[in-house]
Amino acid sequence: MSHHTLSVLVENRPGVLTRCAGLFARRGFNIDSLAVGTTQDPSRSRITIRIDCEQHSVDQVIKQLYKLVDVLKVHELDATAVELELLMIKVASSPDRRPEIISLAEVFEAKVVDVGPEAVTFSCVAGPDRLQALEQLLEPYGIKELVRTGRIALDRDGELGKRRRMRVVA
Amino acid sequence: MTGAEAVIRSLEAEGVTDVFGLPGGAILPLYDAWAACEHTIRHYLVRHEQGAGHMAQGYARATGKVGVAIATSGPGATNLVTPIADAYLDSTPIVCITGQVPTHLIGTDAFQEADIQGITMPVVKHSWLVDRAEDIPRIVKEAFHIARSGRPGPVLIDIPKDLQLAEITYVPSKQVDIPGYKPSRHGHPKQVITAAEAILAAERPVFYVGGGTVSADVDPGDLIRIAEAVQMPVVTTLMAKGAFPDSHPLCIGLPGMHGSKAANWALNRADLLIACGSRFDDRVTGKLDTFAPGAKVIHMDVDPAEIDKNRTAQIPIVGSLELVVPKLGEALQSRMNGGPPKAAAWLSEVQGWKQQHPFRYRNSEPLKPEYVIERLRDMTADREVIWTTGVGQHQMWAAQYLTIDRPRNWLTSGGLGTMGFGVPAAIGAKVGRPDATVINIDGDGCFQMTMQELATAKMYGIGAIHVVINNGWLGMVRQWQELFHGERYSETLFDANLPDYVKLAEAFGLPGFRCETLEDVDAAIAAALQCGTACVIDARVDHEEKVYPMVPAGGSSAEMIDVEWAEDDNAWVEEGV
Repeated sequence: MSHHTLSVLVENRPGVLTRCAGLFARRGFNIDSLAVGTTQDPSRSRITIRIDCEQHSVDQVIKQLYKLVDVLKVHELDATAVELELLMIKVASSPDRRPEIISLAEVFEAKVVDVGPEAVTFSCVAGPDRLQALEQLLEPYGIKELVRTGRIALDRDGELGKRRRMRVVA
Repeated sequence: MTGAEAVIRSLEAEGVTDVFGLPGGAILPLYDAWAACEHTIRHYLVRHEQGAGHMAQGYARATGKVGVAIATSGPGATNLVTPIADAYLDSTPIVCITGQVPTHLIGTDAFQEADIQGITMPVVKHSWLVDRAEDIPRIVKEAFHIARSGRPGPVLIDIPKDLQLAEITYVPSKQVDIPGYKPSRHGHPKQVITAAEAILAAERPVFYVGGGTVSADVDPGDLIRIAEAVQMPVVTTLMAKGAFPDSHPLCIGLPGMHGSKAANWALNRADLLIACGSRFDDRVTGKLDTFAPGAKVIHMDVDPAEIDKNRTAQIPIVGSLELVVPKLGEALQSRMNGGPPKAAAWLSEVQGWKQQHPFRYRNSEPLKPEYVIERLRDMTADREVIWTTGVGQHQMWAAQYLTIDRPRNWLTSGGLGTMGFGVPAAIGAKVGRPDATVINIDGDGCFQMTMQELATAKMYGIGAIHVVINNGWLGMVRQWQELFHGERYSETLFDANLPDYVKLAEAFGLPGFRCETLEDVDAAIAAALQCGTACVIDARVDHEEKVYPMVPAGGSSAEMIDVEWAEDDNAWVEEGV
């Protein structure tokens, strides 16, 4: 078992996400993370899906995705792709501990988006490992709420990008 | 014109001549237009929407055209779910049109509202919830295109009532352009050559022909030329019966759970499988890990997702089989060196198995189901017959004992295993091909699920013959209980005397015939063939008869269980497989 990130270009129509997500559930794939949004062409959306499975199963799910009429292109992103995710985290904090927590978070380039009498809320855009580290660091202070967008990813331009494995099933 | 009339005009534009359906509130405007405007499409009013769906399937599979079923919203639409799922697993092209509650009521739990697009999403090839009436011509055009092309399958068009009533300017849709749907047509030429070379090099090849060859209308002559060129044995799966003639000497018949020993042993000993529109289904392979352990695989299929799904293919060819198969034939012919086929010794070994292990039963009283099926086969040998079945023991006996030499003459529910398929499928087939004799070999359990469609048959004079192989039990389940569940017959006994199927036929205004002994059988069949209308034969058969041989579920298909046969018992009947 290993992680795989699929970038799925679809028609921007009602029900497309249900069709794709339903296919994963039906064929027994567990989705780690899923993010969807429109592209530069408003009639198209891009779904970024991360799954945990064998390579053989990824090949099968890519073929099954292609069978959906609304799916235009599927490719698997490799380790060279740029992957980012947005995290928002609300950390318990009395006024006297605020400076300590804020300076810690700044190491991770997290931004303060809200401050209240009992908590500070940060946002942070980073790769998954970095977000994980931030979360662990803030954990001892007491995490009141946490939300992640699910990661989005794009291939790199230039030589690195060309090495990506394009999986286009004829 | 209204959206409803646009549906009718769009169906006409697709060449539709027959549809099956049942009206209701949310589809009323379409039915109103059906009566109000002039058109040439015949509508068959069914008694249950499941019947409409299976009739559309039977029609599609017998003719190669797209079948059409119409139902209202809510329960009408949900009654179509079983046929849609059946058509999905057996790759049958049908278009289902359902009414939906008016747009402004969608999502309010309105009367007879069901999210049928959501409910059917896992079992359709594609579906549409119409949101603008102007889109109807385009959507209908796309629906037929998607249903029939590539790997065929069911599609659904859900049309809210207000959009059926909406006034639109009808602009016929001429061209289909769906960016995300471009099925492969031509197989890769190099792969075809590689496949031809592998076939010529093989010592123990087996041609593993599946239902995709029927869907693609592959010319049986092209399959025969390939098989004869290298003299290799041919197995035809349950979905492919008739794709390659059963009576051809190279045909060793049905593989799988109740297939012939010759077919299963040949697959398992093969060094090369030439899979053609077949999908390594578990009912064929048995335990996948032990299936055909020494074989390389050539896999030809129009659906790329079938390649490597269950079994890795060393030589995949993705393309339309009606194009790929002839090319493979040509590639083989041009590489033949004129010497004796390399696989000659293999063929004689397989032919030996075929002779030593035919399907067989002991013909004695009580009346044996196999005997009834054999007499049906022999007494119709001079006719073009389309056979349909339900699902269970009778289906397996029909597959074992019927001889079918042409594609589209065998319609059975293979993938989904839908009991009740037989009656409506036979009606749909007879509507599509009125000149053929249509015989539904059904079980008593199956027959009771869809027998109300006899009223449809009577109403329109659709003269298919329905033969109830009546053992008073859910026979296949009973067989498993006897063999694998310690003879605990949990909830499988009906009662052979209930209902009285002859009287039941008569209640529908149709003739019914009964046979209980060997002597009765021919007279009942002759009467059924002569009566000229739909009719029912109630064949009261031995309730303990089992289907053999058998691969237990999850077992290796190389090891089949069979009954012990006394060598000197002269009541044996043997059938070449």
